[in-house]
Amino acid sequence: MMAVIKPYVRSEMAPAMPAPSTAVGVAHWVRQNLLATPKDVIMTIVAIAALAYVLPGLLDWLLFNATWTGSDRTACATVSAGGVVPDGQAGACWPFVQAKFEQFIFGRYPIEERWRPILVGLLFVVLLIPMLIPKAPYKGWNALALFIVLPLISFFLLTGGFGLEHVETPLWGGLMVTLILSFFGITVSLPIGIILALGRRSNMPVIKMLCVLFIEVIRGIPLITVLFFASVMLPLFLPDGWTFDKLLRALIGVSLFSSAYMAEVIRGGLQAIPKGQFEGADSLGLSYWQKMRLIILPQAIKLVIPGIVNTFIGLFKDTSLVSIIGMFDLLGIVTLNLSDSNWATAQTPITGFFFAGLIFWIFCFGMSRYSQFMERHLDTGHRS
Amino acid sequence: MGKKSMADHALGSVKPSSSGKVSLIYDPRARGIFYQVLTVFLVALFVFMVTQNTIHNLQKANIASGFGFLEGRAGFDIGQSLIEYSSDSTYADALLVGLLNTVQVAIAGVITASIIGFIIGLGRLSQNWLIAKICQVYVEIFRNIPPLLVIFFWYKGVLSILPNAKDSLELPFGMYLNNRGFAFPKIIPESGFGIAVAAFIIGIVASVIVSRWARQRQMQTGQQFPIGWTRLGLILGLPILVFVVLGAPVSFEYPELGRFNLRGGSNIGPEFISLYLALSFYTASFIAEIVRGGIKAVPKGQTEAANALGFRAGLTNRLVIIPQALRIIIPPLTSQYLNLTKNSSLAVAVGFSDVVAVGGTMLNQTGQAVEIVAIWLVIYLSISVSTALFMNWFNAKMALVER
Repeated sequence: MMAVIKPYVRSEMAPAMPAPSTAVGVAHWVRQNLLATPKDVIMTIVAIAALAYVLPGLLDWLLFNATWTGSDRTACATVSAGGVVPDGQAGACWPFVQAKFEQFIFGRYPIEERWRPILVGLLFVVLLIPMLIPKAPYKGWNALALFIVLPLISFFLLTGGFGLEHVETPLWGGLMVTLILSFFGITVSLPIGIILALGRRSNMPVIKMLCVLFIEVIRGIPLITVLFFASVMLPLFLPDGWTFDKLLRALIGVSLFSSAYMAEVIRGGLQAIPKGQFEGADSLGLSYWQKMRLIILPQAIKLVIPGIVNTFIGLFKDTSLVSIIGMFDLLGIVTLNLSDSNWATAQTPITGFFFAGLIFWIFCFGMSRYSQFMERHLDTGHRS
Repeated sequence: MGKKSMADHALGSVKPSSSGKVSLIYDPRARGIFYQVLTVFLVALFVFMVTQNTIHNLQKANIASGFGFLEGRAGFDIGQSLIEYSSDSTYADALLVGLLNTVQVAIAGVITASIIGFIIGLGRLSQNWLIAKICQVYVEIFRNIPPLLVIFFWYKGVLSILPNAKDSLELPFGMYLNNRGFAFPKIIPESGFGIAVAAFIIGIVASVIVSRWARQRQMQTGQQFPIGWTRLGLILGLPILVFVVLGAPVSFEYPELGRFNLRGGSNIGPEFISLYLALSFYTASFIAEIVRGGIKAVPKGQTEAANALGFRAGLTNRLVIIPQALRIIIPPLTSQYLNLTKNSSLAVAVGFSDVVAVGGTMLNQTGQAVEIVAIWLVIYLSISVSTALFMNWFNAKMALVER
């Protein structure tokens, strides 16, 4: 009776068993993500069927049926249209892109002078990369070089002067013009947007009213009307004998347009800053501009980086509209080259647009991915 | 003048003048007035100079200002028009045609973009990995390509390489597709068709009344009424019934393949199709992201609470999730609709006669730059302002009523 009942107590941990075979591995993943419910099974089947219908055709067109070499339209045209491709087969016409590649990049910029845009492009890349890497030092000097010095140097390099041959802007074109327009638009619209946003939040009624009027009018109308305005009305505004370069008009139109959108993005950031920050800055005795520059704007801009980058992406896409007012940006020059009878086949337009779309897509996608990276990088965790 | 200016004032008094009063330079109010007067002066000077130059330049080019030119003969044809128009019509008529075309493509685009956008947005939230990825790829492709390029892609890449009219692609129900556009049977109403239309309108009115009554009854007695089926029956069933009883009072004029062209039927030009498709696909990618964001923003606790109350999945979505998500979705959605309307001005690139394209033609013919830009401004701004007013009303109606 006095025997001590020893309860069974484990003194060491039991070894962990492997997960059941239905809960790990590929089978589990497929079951969880593709075949979870009867509805899912049907949707998966439909999706696979759709992919099976679309993908082979796409790959055929892009790669297997595509023409890769050739020097004129016969390489890409079907037999019945006077070419060598079998009737009924459709594939991309890559020799067209090869033949026109330099034009797509530089437009009609004189061939012997093309080292100048290449040099500008190299300088741009060299200055941009350290700017994009958060850890790279000397951000201030870098920004000065990228946003002030580089545009000045490129202006002289591209237009000529100082012994370089003069190249008129109507000869510029292609990706070069797209990049110039969007870089200029970005560089100008950010500061103007900040000023407009501050003006809209100002206590001075006159300044506030002017800023609201500008922002709302510009945001209410399509970019094309702004570009028409810039190309038709600006010359009317100038005194006799003054003329405006066509590229400059487009630059002004694009910058005005995007600065209104930028102002609204930044206003959103300003409104998100707690009042205590303004009051704290005031109580430290900072002037208005010190307060904005040192306390408010750094926080506000950080908050709205995604919005700013979205505006940049929008601006980059919008530069394609200048082809409507008769300039040859990337899209404009591709469209222009479609009328080249040397290359007129049924497949040429799609190929050209595919190429242009790919370039636009790479830039825009890159920008949006970079903004996601910066968002994570700058997230100090203070946001509650 | 609130706390902030008081702080400014205190700052100003750090350096009092000998008399103890704040020097005028440090008085924020005086500074504010000075800056504003300066701004007004500069703006007025700028406007004055611009006006002087413009008047001078217009006189030099012999262009009379004013809107009198709107009465003149337009002299150009418009491919697609909803109202009676010929090249003998006035410029004002041409503008009206353009405005109607803008509205037409905008409404068609908004409807299609919403449908595609909602499907893709919900697809991105799907548990099904494959569906979610396909929808994500769609969004990432179309968000990052200029809409103008998509328009050109359809117009020059797809529609213009379709066969000629004489060997059009035949589609079911007497429809044809060729490089002149999309031809389909024209619906010709016969006598009695009006009654079916009237039945449709009566159905809508009746369903509204029944909904109100059912709602009231549910509030008072708790008894539910199969309102969904009733509505469907009233709005669709009633007119169809009337239509069949009257012996289908409608006939079709089918397009016929002639030797060189299609005759008869209705035709939609490739300009409209490419603009409409491009705007729909492009805007749908943005709408999809808005829908996804809106639904994800509804806290998970709401779903769990609805489940705890014993709601089925469908009811949870319909009564709990969607009403809250809509409150978040609708403001950005409206701005996308506005964007689509503004992007419809890209019509000018493919020669679809919207209000900007017509205005551009008029601008080339008459040189009345100031007036035409002013007309554009008025048209687009009134669209924007009326949408903004509607949005304010809607937000006020939808806003959470809090304590």
